[in-house]
Amino acid sequence: MREIAYDDIVKAVKNMVIHTATNLPEDALKKLKEAHEKEKSPVARKVLEQLLENAEIARTEKRPLCQDTGLAVYFVKVGQDVHVTGGTLTDAINKGTEEGYIEGYLRASTCDCFTRANLKDVIGYNLPAVIHYDIVEGDKIEIEYAAKGGGSENVSRARVLAPAQGPQGVIDFVKEVISEAGPNPCPPIIVGVGIGGTFEKAAISSKYALFREAGKPNPDPAVAEFEKELLYELNKLGIGAMGMGGTETVLAVHVEKNPCHIASLPVSVNVQCHSSRHNHVTL
Amino acid sequence: MSQVHYLTTPLTDEDIMNLKAGDIVYLSGTIFTARDAAHKRLVDLIENKEELPFQLDGAVIYFVGPTPPKPGEPIGSAGPTTSYRMDSYSPTLIKHGLKGMIGKGKRNQAVKDACKEYKAVYFGATGGAGALLGKLIKEAKVIAYEELGPEAIRMLKVENFPVTVINDAYGRDLYEEGRKQYEVKD
Ligand code: SF4
Repeated sequence: MREIAYDDIVKAVKNMVIHTATNLPEDALKKLKEAHEKEKSPVARKVLEQLLENAEIARTEKRPLCQDTGLAVYFVKVGQDVHVTGGTLTDAINKGTEEGYIEGYLRASTCDCFTRANLKDVIGYNLPAVIHYDIVEGDKIEIEYAAKGGGSENVSRARVLAPAQGPQGVIDFVKEVISEAGPNPCPPIIVGVGIGGTFEKAAISSKYALFREAGKPNPDPAVAEFEKELLYELNKLGIGAMGMGGTETVLAVHVEKNPCHIASLPVSVNVQCHSSRHNHVTL
Repeated sequence: MSQVHYLTTPLTDEDIMNLKAGDIVYLSGTIFTARDAAHKRLVDLIENKEELPFQLDGAVIYFVGPTPPKPGEPIGSAGPTTSYRMDSYSPTLIKHGLKGMIGKGKRNQAVKDACKEYKAVYFGATGGAGALLGKLIKEAKVIAYEELGPEAIRMLKVENFPVTVINDAYGRDLYEEGRKQYEVKD
């Protein structure tokens, strides 16, 4: 059993949270630059220019990229030969989140879903984090993190299709979701699609799809082909940067496919805005 | 063709009628922040015929909930939030003199109709450009509802704050027009 101390996890998570709020990852930056080069609309190109300038200001002046610094979402792979000492892993991740959001001057955005009262003095500053666990081989803990803003979550959708609707049904549904979303999720966006599994498995897969390096194809060639087709179809919508019309609406489509029940075809679409703040740390 | 304008608040009817969907405007002067909770209170005050915390005539409201400022800075990151949440309140404010709103995302027909009837515009700012936009805010002061935290009403002094006209006072909508221009039909 390898031992990892609670405090070390808190510190690692805190540093990751602070860094990610002001540093747009390389993959997202590269995709934005490509979009800026390819975009045909002058209005949309101007928006993309602002986004690149914004990323530069955020990085050099350590200002949050966006005022919506998100809910903290984690996917954690826990090696089964690890033992956390001095507290639970979940508490450590939450504590690191809270400290990071306070010390980084980030926004506390969690609230009670009915009263809408901010929970910063009730549960903790921007707590609770949303944490998904997986138990794997080995003696390490890998923590993947995303600061997920509200604008792009609000347009995300899930639906269980009939098996007969097949791949075309999936394409039609994704198109419907992105078309309806229009300017609201801050395009250009990255689209995560979870197909198959159960209702919640599809949703979690669509979220996890967004943690992949932007534009990296699914290792299964057939799924990678499907991603390309979806990307082409979605960019035909003409929504453009900030919805002002343009050729570059979607930077990448990531599809995760799961085996599913013979009776159903669940599909979930999770949208990531251009402010694709994610990161990971291994302990 | 899209035009570039430099305007200072408060805005007049004449300023508004010169603006067309797709125009770029660099705004300077005083603007006010408000999100859903503050909008609800403003509309309640109007309905009860009570005094508002700021002069609505010619005013511009920015839909934003900034990050906390670092020591010595007026405000943190401050980009626009999604505007539809203010749709049920905006027409009342427009009717009582509001001339401009800054946000991101689609508005409903009632807001567009109010812009046309009472001469007002809806501006889009670049969502997710909070670092860049926050830097253009030179002063910030909470003037009402401090208890709402990021949702309090703040008075901001801005300098050449870049926005694009989405809905003008002629009933045009840049989101619809821009998209039509670049849509590829099968
Ligand atoms: S959708 Fe993303 S970029 Fe837009 S305001 Fe929300 S977090 Fe920021």
